[in-house]
Amino acid sequence: MSSSVKNSIETKNLHIGYQQKKSVLTIQKNINIQLYKGEFVGILGKNGIGKSTLLRTLTGVQDSISGEVFIQGINIQSHSLKELSSLISLVLTERLPESQLTVYELVALGRQPYTNWIGRLEKKDKEKINWALEQTETMSLANRHFNELSDGQLQRVLIARALAQDTQIILLDEPTAHLDMHHTIKIFKLLKKLSKETKKTIIITTHEVNLAINSADQLILLTDKEVVAGNKKVLIERNSFNHLFSSEIVNFNASLEQFIVTKEL
Amino acid sequence: MIQKSYTKQFITLFFVLAMVFLVSIGLGSVAIPIDEIIAVLLGNNSSKSSWSTIILHFRLPKAITAMLVGSGLSIAGLLMQTLFKNPLAGPFVLGISSGASLGVAILILGAGIFGGVLTTISLSSWGLAIASSIGAALVLFAVLITANKVRNTMSILIIGLMFGTVTSAIISVFTFFSNADKIQQFVFWGFGSLGNLSWNEILIFFTIYLIAIINLIGIIKPLNSLLIGENYAKSLGINIKKNRNIILLITSLLTGVITAFAGPIAFIGLAVPHITKLVFKTSDHKILLPAVTILGAIILLVCDIVAQLPTSEFTLPINAVTSLIGAPVVIWLLVRKKKIYI
Repeated sequence: MSSSVKNSIETKNLHIGYQQKKSVLTIQKNINIQLYKGEFVGILGKNGIGKSTLLRTLTGVQDSISGEVFIQGINIQSHSLKELSSLISLVLTERLPESQLTVYELVALGRQPYTNWIGRLEKKDKEKINWALEQTETMSLANRHFNELSDGQLQRVLIARALAQDTQIILLDEPTAHLDMHHTIKIFKLLKKLSKETKKTIIITTHEVNLAINSADQLILLTDKEVVAGNKKVLIERNSFNHLFSSEIVNFNASLEQFIVTKEL
Repeated sequence: MIQKSYTKQFITLFFVLAMVFLVSIGLGSVAIPIDEIIAVLLGNNSSKSSWSTIILHFRLPKAITAMLVGSGLSIAGLLMQTLFKNPLAGPFVLGISSGASLGVAILILGAGIFGGVLTTISLSSWGLAIASSIGAALVLFAVLITANKVRNTMSILIIGLMFGTVTSAIISVFTFFSNADKIQQFVFWGFGSLGNLSWNEILIFFTIYLIAIINLIGIIKPLNSLLIGENYAKSLGINIKKNRNIILLITSLLTGVITAFAGPIAFIGLAVPHITKLVFKTSDHKILLPAVTILGAIILLVCDIVAQLPTSEFTLPINAVTSLIGAPVVIWLLVRKKKIYI
């Protein structure tokens, strides 16, 4: 059953979708991926193709239709919620409820899997929080209330919270959805740097296809036909990018290694 | 770094609580000097034996009831606001208060319509307490069952509102068929009252209150993680279903017992958490829970002092006073601060 522990995440014949009372709605079939330590991974695909469903299935929030997900060599279903909380951390797209949490308190919540019954922060917890704030360049925001931040700042704070959770794997659902070009690139650079320096596996879903193609170590493409994974080179050789979008509007240009708009708008 | 200290605020709150408590016992249709009050509270005799009786059998139980009711409703309100991520949530929204009212309505109004055993029970104060507890418990039970079938907390909020609407409708039907005497008795119960409890009843009240508080201490950490939403809380290893049930149970216990003994007291459960959040400027439940507990006790004591119309023979309905004092305060705070938080 167990696979190599070098793998952070591995799936075998994974079918994802929704289990209703009697019917089963399968969104993607036969997903076989292996994600390693220190990899920055991009999940690409058009709207509604199943990116978020895949992300939720990989975190155990949603059950798979069939097939298996292994987290560090162990089947995800054998992990308790508590164990998973020290293996996988999340950055979600949903808006945070309006509260008066400060940036520091928000990041400190990432320490919950390790703190005592009342959530007391020990020396090690504080060190991790400060490290996470430094890595994301948010230390100067620590005393601010999170709801006063700009979208770009908030996104970095949420990444800091995930870092403070001290997990091998970080999953981010469209982390640059509300950001301008400058802040989008800043987040990509930060995530790439973190994956190299901390040896964490960092996985994002994104619509920034060109940025992802040119920065990710591995790409998972969700298309109408199939799910393929690999690095840029392999995927270009296999012509896989051509199936990502319908070609009359955007096309993949192999020599430029990016998508371009087919005709003038 | 950064961890703020709230010692000053808490010392101030305790001081204000002690002052308000003494004032509440000192004021009334008979004026009693403060040194005599302290003497009686410390177990000594006062210079007039009637003063001891007034303090120990009337004013002290009433002040203690006020503190339990005020803090209990405030805690319940805070829990609802955090659980439902909604600043409008309070003990009333789950329909638990309405359930309690329904129990009382069936007893008082039903006695007039159906007569028989109901008439005998409705004449005792215990009958009322039991009826409202059963009503509260039944609605709680229905909400708990639906809560376990529905994942979405917003749906539970709406279901709670529906339960409240249905119970109110049933009460209206009962009222329509009742005579003036019975309607008046029910309306009087609805005014709320802090002064009718014997020491035995306070003991029961306090025991249930204590059970709720003990359970509360265990969920401070999950409550804080709920501040960033259920999905994040789950990813931090929090069992959402279990903690949600504990929160609902605590709220229902508190609301049920309070409505049973003091009537449906409005406003406190919604407003005190907001006043506390505006004063303390934090969302951390380690701070908020003790703060709403003390502030809730203070505010209901103040309302009770006002309700007694100092030095007069009359007592206003407590339920009217809580709304009359509280609503403008909240409106003023919100207009000034412009923002409302869970």
